[in-house]
Amino acid sequence: MKGYAWLGALVLALLLAKSAGLLPAFLDELPLHLEKSSIDTLGDAGKEAYTELVPFGLILDHTFEFMREELGVSLVTRFVSKRLKELIDIFDNILRGGRKGLGLSAPPWTALLVIAFILGYSLKGWRLALLSGGTVMYFAIFGLWKFAMETLALLAAAVPISIIIGLLVGIVAYRKKWLELALLPILSVAQTLPHFAYLIPVVVFFGIGHQTGVIATIIFAVPPMVRLTLLGLQRVAPEIVEAGKMSGCTNLQLLFRVQLPSARNELLLGVNQVIMQCLAMVVIAAFIGASGLGYRLLHKLQSLKLGQSLEIGVAIVLLAVVLDGLSRAWAEKKRDYAADLPFHRRFRYPILLVVMVAAAYLLAPYFPILEKVPRDLTVTYAKTWDGLVDWIVLNWSDGLTNFRYFLIVNVLAPLRDALLYMPYPSVLLLVAGLGLLLGGYYSALLTLAFLVFIGLAGWWDRAMITAYMVVFATFICIVIGIPVGIFSALSERRAKTALFWCDTFQTFPSFIYILPVIMLFQVNDLSAIMAVIVYAIIPAVRYTVEGIRSIAPELEEAATMAGCNTRQRLVHLQLPVAIPHIMLGVNQTIMFAFSMVIIAAFVGTIDLGQQIFKALSETNIGKGVVLGLCVSFMALAVDHLVTRWARERRRLLGLD
Amino acid sequence: MSEPVIRCRSLYKIFGLNPADLRIDGDGVVEPSILEREGTVTAVDNVNLDVSPGELLIVMGLSGSGKSTLVRCLSRLIEPTSGSVEIEGMNLLGMGDRELIDLRRSKMGMVFQNFALLPHRTALENIAFPLQMRGMKRRDYVERARRMIALVGLEGRENNFPRELSGGQQQRVGIARSLAVEPDIWFLDEPFSALDPLIRKEMQDEFLRLQSLLNKTIVFITHDFDEALKLADRIAIMFNGRIEQIGRPEDIVLNPATDYVSRFTSDVPREKVLRVGSVMNPPSEGEEVADRAVDVTDRVENVVEYVLGQRLPVPVVDSGDTVVGVMHQAHVLKVLFPSRSEPA
Repeated sequence: MKGYAWLGALVLALLLAKSAGLLPAFLDELPLHLEKSSIDTLGDAGKEAYTELVPFGLILDHTFEFMREELGVSLVTRFVSKRLKELIDIFDNILRGGRKGLGLSAPPWTALLVIAFILGYSLKGWRLALLSGGTVMYFAIFGLWKFAMETLALLAAAVPISIIIGLLVGIVAYRKKWLELALLPILSVAQTLPHFAYLIPVVVFFGIGHQTGVIATIIFAVPPMVRLTLLGLQRVAPEIVEAGKMSGCTNLQLLFRVQLPSARNELLLGVNQVIMQCLAMVVIAAFIGASGLGYRLLHKLQSLKLGQSLEIGVAIVLLAVVLDGLSRAWAEKKRDYAADLPFHRRFRYPILLVVMVAAAYLLAPYFPILEKVPRDLTVTYAKTWDGLVDWIVLNWSDGLTNFRYFLIVNVLAPLRDALLYMPYPSVLLLVAGLGLLLGGYYSALLTLAFLVFIGLAGWWDRAMITAYMVVFATFICIVIGIPVGIFSALSERRAKTALFWCDTFQTFPSFIYILPVIMLFQVNDLSAIMAVIVYAIIPAVRYTVEGIRSIAPELEEAATMAGCNTRQRLVHLQLPVAIPHIMLGVNQTIMFAFSMVIIAAFVGTIDLGQQIFKALSETNIGKGVVLGLCVSFMALAVDHLVTRWARERRRLLGLD
Repeated sequence: MSEPVIRCRSLYKIFGLNPADLRIDGDGVVEPSILEREGTVTAVDNVNLDVSPGELLIVMGLSGSGKSTLVRCLSRLIEPTSGSVEIEGMNLLGMGDRELIDLRRSKMGMVFQNFALLPHRTALENIAFPLQMRGMKRRDYVERARRMIALVGLEGRENNFPRELSGGQQQRVGIARSLAVEPDIWFLDEPFSALDPLIRKEMQDEFLRLQSLLNKTIVFITHDFDEALKLADRIAIMFNGRIEQIGRPEDIVLNPATDYVSRFTSDVPREKVLRVGSVMNPPSEGEEVADRAVDVTDRVENVVEYVLGQRLPVPVVDSGDTVVGVMHQAHVLKVLFPSRSEPA
């Protein structure tokens, strides 16, 4: 404990010295590219004194330039780009017709409707059938058909490629220890790297356009598949592998007939994750020219057509929920080998599908409404929504402005200034001390290294602004999310409902959360923080519910027999036992907050996110990647400390 | 005595050891100082073993004694650090991948503690799995697998998935799978330890029934001494990777070689293990004996009542009705109350 007291004293001394004006400048601030005066104004494009201590950006620029020009990577990328374009064209053609790709004519929309409906029904039943069928209806009726099909074509290209690459890399990593060791840090960075940071290098190598979006999507979606493939293979019981060997399997037989099938659950979860990641990224890839629903949404948002944006947003959300539902149902579907059914019973759904689609094709020429929804039948409620937004602005404007003003002046600005006021060595000391306390020298050095990178890269101040938004959002999420979680966890039924909504909300692509916030608060820094809070509160609630509900029933019974009332049970049993799990939730909340803070740059922040945004529009690859790494490293530092603590705590409680 | 089916000499498995550090003397014995090196764990320590055709050898030891590692060295699921293993005279450790796979496809079967059934395959498909691996035709392997199902008494469960079967049923599938290739050598790694006591007893009887039909050469791992006594032809007791003692159950109970073994045997109901032959006296001339004799291979528990009910010592005969010994009441009492036999 003495060591920590020393650190604390040192931090205090630094702060005191600064307030007394005795602190030498080199101990106070790193060379800045953000002047104090510019902090309070939005979009400080003018203040760009770029004074990094180590020119990481430049080094990266040169490296990428070298790769592109000297190593002939551009030849490869051009080739990949072309092939991918052809693939996308084929899917696009199948879904939308036109002259590209295979040159097929567009299928009648009713064909897709029956496919969605029968798929949903055969996998899970009426509810999923109605949901997926209804979503297709929604596309048609709200006139979003073209964009939805574009998005589906992108997904159809990106998802299988991501799965195959992820599976292959995962298998090789499972068999070659060195590759696994090399991949693990890359996978963790990949998980925390902001979406936008992926886009920049892809643009540099592949140019702007449809297929670039798919490439960014694939790069983004492969890591979870790799991770889950690796995890699944590692989790196969050693005895099962031994049983395979004793059955005389060759290596290939062992892989394809024992290990991969036994890892089925993880692999299918991976497929689900790939689909959801792809959808989230396809929306964001609109920024680099991927067409479809995301592009349409971006377009409408930028021209502040909120009503239309909302309709597109709902379409994206519906698509996400349906794809999630279908892929999950498929993963959970039990295969029934036992039933010795005649052909027409066994294949009843495929047969029904073929018949119905054929019917749609045959009838379409006679009943035009089956071919294409006529323009005069499509509806839009955009005007109504716009009216609602206007009404909110008109009637709540004062209240909201006051609220916003109050929050900024009394909470946000002081918090931000406090973080900016702290001399950088004191921040480093605090973090190192935390690392020492929670995980020993290794943790201290690791987290310190992460922060030192940010300092050397010259983004210290921006990073502090990102940090303040994350800290504030996390605080609010904890204050609201954990009590909500506790309340939900107290009854079985409420817990189920809460988890259901968490599941549902989590499938929404993060970009979507910007929408309602803009409708309420317009475009400003407060709406960014609001979006972060709404998005990042989900894991806080979920993990609290899970943590409390997963307490062993014997412990609950012991508490009951000890005569605990609800409050005593909560204070003395449920919270202490569930706290490691809840902390993992808080960790997730922080991770979500980091990822959303960057996306929220779209509605105006002045932190790292906004700089990444700028780097994207300048296609400044070195700057963009360095900024992305800064965000990733901050997130990883927090992640390391919190999971470390939670693991230690779980071990102490004997929960593992 | 015929050639042993399994013969291993100076077998070692030392985890965490760089093979370059290994120093072996002329007899294949590893220099002891290496075994105590930091960071190494010696799971199998200089094991020498012969298993004869049709013999049921039980390897008994507590968890961590190295018995599972030993059986995996004999099946080469784990690569031994040094020593030799011969299967029917062939050098197991010198085999290439292809030979090893062929050997497993034709000569070896193994049953696992936690059943190790493939979760995505039905009972029948699990049993047919080794047959498919060796490329058997569908008609043939279905037919063979159905025979195996019948052998272990699982008719009607062919199309159930492992998760739909009880533990006992799952292990029956595991047994059927290991027998599907009609192996000569059968490894069983604590096959009944994960089962409830009643089911365990039922499975032990089932196992004895199968063995009386099939007469395989068996290495059977267990941590349960009662199970070992019930099933074994010979028992090898392992401790810290070494075989402390190997011999017939009676030998182990009557003459424990080390303190460790005697601690195991102290609570054993000796009347259930010992046979009349191992406790009787040689016949002495002119001694007056009871008129009905007992058989030399009878277990003591089966004759206790009769012997104690006699006033005179009881004659012991072999299968040819020749008198080979005599049993006094004191012998029986000594078996029943071994620690109280010497008055202070």
